[in-house]
Amino acid sequence: MLRDALLVCGKDLRIELRSKVGLNQVAPFAAAVLLLFGLALGPTTAALKPAAAGLFWVAVLLSVVLAVQRSFAIESADSARDGLRLSGLDPAGIFLGKGAAIVSQLLVLEALLAAGVALLFGARLDGALVLLAACVTASVGLGAVGVIYGALSSGARVKETLLPLLLLPVAAPVLLGATKAWNDALSGRPGQADVWLSLLAVFAVLYVAVGTVAFGPLLEDA
Amino acid sequence: MRADRALRILGLAALAGMVATVWLGLFVTPNAVGYPDGTVRLLYIHPPLAWVMFIAYGMATLSSLLYLWPRTRHVRFDRLAGASAEVGVVFTGLTLVSGSIWGRPTWGVWWTWDPLLTTTALLFVLYLGYLALRNVPGEPETVARRAAIAGLVAFLDVPIVFFAVSWWRSLHQGPTIDLATRHSYVHGSMAWTLLLGFVSFTLTYVWLMAHRYRLAALRDRENDEGLGAAIADRWAEAVR
Repeated sequence: MLRDALLVCGKDLRIELRSKVGLNQVAPFAAAVLLLFGLALGPTTAALKPAAAGLFWVAVLLSVVLAVQRSFAIESADSARDGLRLSGLDPAGIFLGKGAAIVSQLLVLEALLAAGVALLFGARLDGALVLLAACVTASVGLGAVGVIYGALSSGARVKETLLPLLLLPVAAPVLLGATKAWNDALSGRPGQADVWLSLLAVFAVLYVAVGTVAFGPLLEDA
Repeated sequence: MRADRALRILGLAALAGMVATVWLGLFVTPNAVGYPDGTVRLLYIHPPLAWVMFIAYGMATLSSLLYLWPRTRHVRFDRLAGASAEVGVVFTGLTLVSGSIWGRPTWGVWWTWDPLLTTTALLFVLYLGYLALRNVPGEPETVARRAAIAGLVAFLDVPIVFFAVSWWRSLHQGPTIDLATRHSYVHGSMAWTLLLGFVSFTLTYVWLMAHRYRLAALRDRENDEGLGAAIADRWAEAVR
């Protein structure tokens, strides 16, 4: 299963490296979102700085939708999905692999966004350990629900509008937990973030487990 | 036909219960101290609405589970899940509206970021998404399996949302009837009216759900027979 996961993850990342859609479209999109927040709440950092954590995570959440759409767009082109199904790879492995590819892209994106938040909103990135832990646990949770809902909606003709509606409300606890953890770290109380980090971890574990079990029947569809 | 008659009787019982609840709630029960302008009378509406919301989503989740379980997989569980979730969404909307109307005079705000309210609002959006997914056309079995998984994924999110939001300041009043101690803060005619409210709203839920179920079954039949008729037409043409 893990070998299959590595194969799928490697394939997705290789496609990403060659096509550079994430770099050329998703990352600039996230940057544009940050700029728009700046326009809405600026020009001074009085309103932006306390809201930096929340704005960061909203930007991440919006980018997750694009990343997931991209991840399943590469499967629907040239009926790659059928190839994947015929390949005999373990569905759980495919789920973990696609999830891992999304998570690694998200982590890169979050690093870029964090730099943007520090630069544009004047936020000081204190408590780096908590920030990093929140990024990792939140990304794993988002990657897991993202792949589940990506697979659910990928066969549908209305997937562009359906995916955000399905994904964003489910991701609400991630937004809440990650924002709170970041807020605690940024305002110099990294010790209080434990409870939020554990919430993020519970979310991640739960949805990785659900996806591992449910991906087989999902992949048969469409 | 017997099912039709049972459904009609159920509908009449729900209607009678509803009328009685309104009459008792508005004209018979006393006005409680501490609630401005008789707003306590919302007590007979708002908790029963929220209660129906819970059983509707509980039913939808149970049906989804039963559908996913290979031994109990049957199209009726898929229809049941869809019907129940749809009625649940309607009652969630009503819960939010009635709560908002109640919150304004008692708390002074239409909306507050309380755990119960926030979770309910998210439930509303989550299940709107679920219904949207159900409406996506496809092979009936594909649609059913997709919907069942989405229903479970959405339901799993509810406790996480609730606990996450619970760490925020809570403004919502505690439950009116404490289940742990079985001690009720509502007495006499008020308690009976509240009970009647629960019963008649539950009957209404069952009635609405049964109708939605029936419609779903009829639609499936229409699709099946429509295809059969089309094939028969083609055959007739070919033979001629």
